[in-house]
Amino acid sequence: MARKTHYEDCDILVVGGGMAGTGAAFESRYWGKDMKIIVAEKANIDRSGAVAQGLYAINCYMGMQWGENAPEDHVRYARNDLMGMVREDLAYDMARHVDSAVHMFEEWGLPLMRNKETGRYQREGKWQIMIHGESYKPIVAEAAKKSADKIYNRVMITHLLMDEAKENRIGGACGFNMRTGEFHVFRAKAVVCAAGGASHIFKPRSVGEGMGRTWYAPWSNGSAYALPIAVGAKMTQMENRIVLTRFKDGYGPVGAYFLHLKTYTQNAAGENYEKKWYDNTKAIVGEYLDHVPTPTCLRNHALFKRQSWRWTYPYGNYGSIPRPSP
Amino acid sequence: MSTFVYMTRCDGCGMCVDICPSDIMHIDKTLRRAVNIEPNMCWECYSCVKACDQNAIDARGYADFSPLGHSVRALREEEKGTISWKIKFRNGTEKNFCSPITTKPWGEYIPELATEPSPSKDVYDGELLYNEPKYLKTGEVQTANDGLPEMTKIGKLKQGVYY
Repeated sequence: MARKTHYEDCDILVVGGGMAGTGAAFESRYWGKDMKIIVAEKANIDRSGAVAQGLYAINCYMGMQWGENAPEDHVRYARNDLMGMVREDLAYDMARHVDSAVHMFEEWGLPLMRNKETGRYQREGKWQIMIHGESYKPIVAEAAKKSADKIYNRVMITHLLMDEAKENRIGGACGFNMRTGEFHVFRAKAVVCAAGGASHIFKPRSVGEGMGRTWYAPWSNGSAYALPIAVGAKMTQMENRIVLTRFKDGYGPVGAYFLHLKTYTQNAAGENYEKKWYDNTKAIVGEYLDHVPTPTCLRNHALFKRQSWRWTYPYGNYGSIPRPSP
Repeated sequence: MSTFVYMTRCDGCGMCVDICPSDIMHIDKTLRRAVNIEPNMCWECYSCVKACDQNAIDARGYADFSPLGHSVRALREEEKGTISWKIKFRNGTEKNFCSPITTKPWGEYIPELATEPSPSKDVYDGELLYNEPKYLKTGEVQTANDGLPEMTKIGKLKQGVYY
């Protein structure tokens, strides 16, 4: 069956119309008033990406207007959480601009909760602020619709194209329409890759309808990694890959329970396993275990290890007995 | 875990097909009614539920941990700027929530950037993004020459605590 191929030239092509992509389209229009800006999105930008269903918090807000946190604080937090493997310049750059994005969202109509006593944004943690975020994505999508020249919904970008004339330069991208199967080739002077991360890399233990049970969006297919890697781009901050443990029958972020409900987790035997295996964990991860907050990847790794310790030492922590090698 | 369609209410308009991020809401070619073709790839994001003019779509919970008998319904009213949730438990308990989805008339306060003047050469070469430093609201906080906050408050750091 012969399918049509559509060609389109533009100045800026934004691949992916989630929060990042729609925001990039808006900001691009500010810097390039006369440029032709195109967004290609595999769903509908009104409800696409990981924020499709809304969010009840903005997870990163410095609160510089009240001196709550400084960008430096955020760099320290990120550096600790990733145990030093962090591009501090990138963390700093994000932190110093994030407040203005939040203030912009509020001006556009995003309802942010305020603390009745202080008048500041309601905090639920050191970095998070509470919002009524049902329409978080549609609001930002509206900004992209106002800014971009053309938005291609249901066009899935599969490959980035290299520029033949200039070495080591991206000259566009190609993909196909999800509905018609027709091909789309975009020739662009610059490409912003704002595609999604990856879900469903590992098959869940759940079967049948439980297969779709995932914290992150099931339609995140890893384009954010695949597209640049396939054309030889240098990837940064890829050292720390975390495959998060999910608890049975729960497929939300576990941290939310810890944070809001001040909970701890216990194993099937009713033990506070983080406390119980403290010494064993410390033997393999060292002083980072005592840091506040404990690096997320360590807690996750330790959870896997504890499973095996539980079988190796069914009666508890033996201290001097050789521990399984990490 | 997945959405389902009340066939008697659905008029086959295709709003859910248009919005579904997973692309799994389709129109059945024989019945001309919407149908979720792949329930195990449904995220219960409620995009289709909210988009449906006929209130013809609901989501049901996973059979193993939320057995039949409960319901979670959503009504999104853009003109009112609200989202309302009605949650019914199996034991008859009912909870109702209503939250704002926006504080402004839809889209009106989003600037039309193409009609605004272009950033000057200085701004273009600088490090500030759109409407900064105004939007950073760091007026009270000391700023450096580039308009970005200059902060030196590291006094509260403790040994082994890095945030």
